[in-house]
Amino acid sequence: MLQHHGPQLVNLLASVMLLLAFAMLSQRRIISLINLFAAQGFTLFLSTALVAWLTGQDHLYASALLTLALKVIALPWILHRLIRRLNVKWDVETLINIPTTMLIGIVLVILAFNLALPISLLAGTVTKATLGIALACVLLSFLMMITRSKAVPQVIGFLAMENGLFFAATGAVYGMPMVIEFGIALDVLVGMLILGIFFFRIRERFDSLDTRHLERLKEL
Amino acid sequence: MISLSGVAAQFTELALAVLLAPLLTGWVNQCRAWLQNRSAPPLLQPYRVLNKLFQKEVVLAYGASPLFRVAPYLIFGCLCAAAAIVPTLGTDLPLNAAADAIALVGLLALARMFIALAGMDVGTAFGTLGARREMLVGFLAEPALLMVLFTASLISNSTSLATIAATLAHKEFVIHPSLAFAGVAFTMVSLAENARIPVDNPATHLELTMIHEAMVLEYSGRHLAMIEWAASLKLFVYSCIGLVLFFPFGIASGGDWLGLVLALPALLGKLALGGALLALIEMLSAKMRIFRAPEFLGTAFLLAVLAMLVHVLLER
Repeated sequence: MLQHHGPQLVNLLASVMLLLAFAMLSQRRIISLINLFAAQGFTLFLSTALVAWLTGQDHLYASALLTLALKVIALPWILHRLIRRLNVKWDVETLINIPTTMLIGIVLVILAFNLALPISLLAGTVTKATLGIALACVLLSFLMMITRSKAVPQVIGFLAMENGLFFAATGAVYGMPMVIEFGIALDVLVGMLILGIFFFRIRERFDSLDTRHLERLKEL
Repeated sequence: MISLSGVAAQFTELALAVLLAPLLTGWVNQCRAWLQNRSAPPLLQPYRVLNKLFQKEVVLAYGASPLFRVAPYLIFGCLCAAAAIVPTLGTDLPLNAAADAIALVGLLALARMFIALAGMDVGTAFGTLGARREMLVGFLAEPALLMVLFTASLISNSTSLATIAATLAHKEFVIHPSLAFAGVAFTMVSLAENARIPVDNPATHLELTMIHEAMVLEYSGRHLAMIEWAASLKLFVYSCIGLVLFFPFGIASGGDWLGLVLALPALLGKLALGGALLALIEMLSAKMRIFRAPEFLGTAFLLAVLAMLVHVLLER
């Protein structure tokens, strides 16, 4: 039963990832944004574990566990702590209003699906159809980074983009070599810690987390 | 070819819809009261309200046109017709050939048009305000609803609701990721269309926030009873469309008498579960400002478009 519906289930999880990417794009509140990010991580964990089970690739189990530990538990915990310390629970400001952002998001999804179609014809994996969705997730996270003005949502966008890349790797070629995966995971974790320190520096300097202040580099 | 079981299914279904609709409303109200830690009104309260209203005399506003008096019956009629073409017990319905999913959306739009016209007819400020808001919500919700129905039509290659139900319930079980998107979009649309909490509050009479209640303020007596009944029927029809598209399991195929009998408890169980879920959603969300409604329904429309895209990418 599960073996038979396995690829369909992977497709379903891929759609849930895309749904969560859109939910993040339309979310105004920062706490919900972090929870959505954790949910996306959990979906990624489920789909990676499912692909591992379907194809018998044992190293994918390790990367699934890595996803669970890092993206579902560690990073959301760090982010929750950060926003509590920074005391930024209020609404997220967007540069473009949310309906317009969603419309641009739809255009990006169409673009990603069209781009991925010829590539996924070449791939021989059971998950080849999900490549378009993974690409769409990456582009949507990009869009989120561009359209938000505060530092914390931008960082969440960056982390979500990494989710999408990871998913693309699983979908197209059954995951990257273990060394690279560990390297990326470490990069993301260390990057998060550094960005956390950066938040405090930005706020200390400008009394706000709005990154538009950074465009002005000269001392006044 | 009209079969006997088809005719039987058609009539039981219509009678069930008309008779059970207030019960569903009562159940949702009861669940909501429990979740809010209030003591719940009795399950049959909506029937008592209808009975009371039918016995009261009608007070007509000065200057009300004939349209104002016939509108409640027309609205009720539109929703009865809509209830007749949504398959709830069996998929072999004689009336189904007469109207497909697009006509269903048309019938619902017709009902909305009459209620908006009736709201404006007397000329009070609140009626006009409510009618305008209703049309705003309606014109945003309709394309999203159509897109949801089109997604299901793409899966089953037919716009007839009975064929959609038959494809999803009786063919080999396939997971459709596109229906996940369509499901979220449909939930948002039906919350907006049935005047439920994120968009409108069915229990309020606070002037500035009401939509549905503002339109029907001038109605009394049997006219109000028809409108209340039609509102319950609308909730019932939307719940049944949702069940057909997303949980059609348990519905009987053509000529299956035993299936028809077994479909009834299945339907009641699904509706009870759906009503409880609706109450839960209402509990967990806060009423939006009216100007947030376009954003809410725009999101529903985009999700429905995404459902079609995902269908094209993953399921072809």
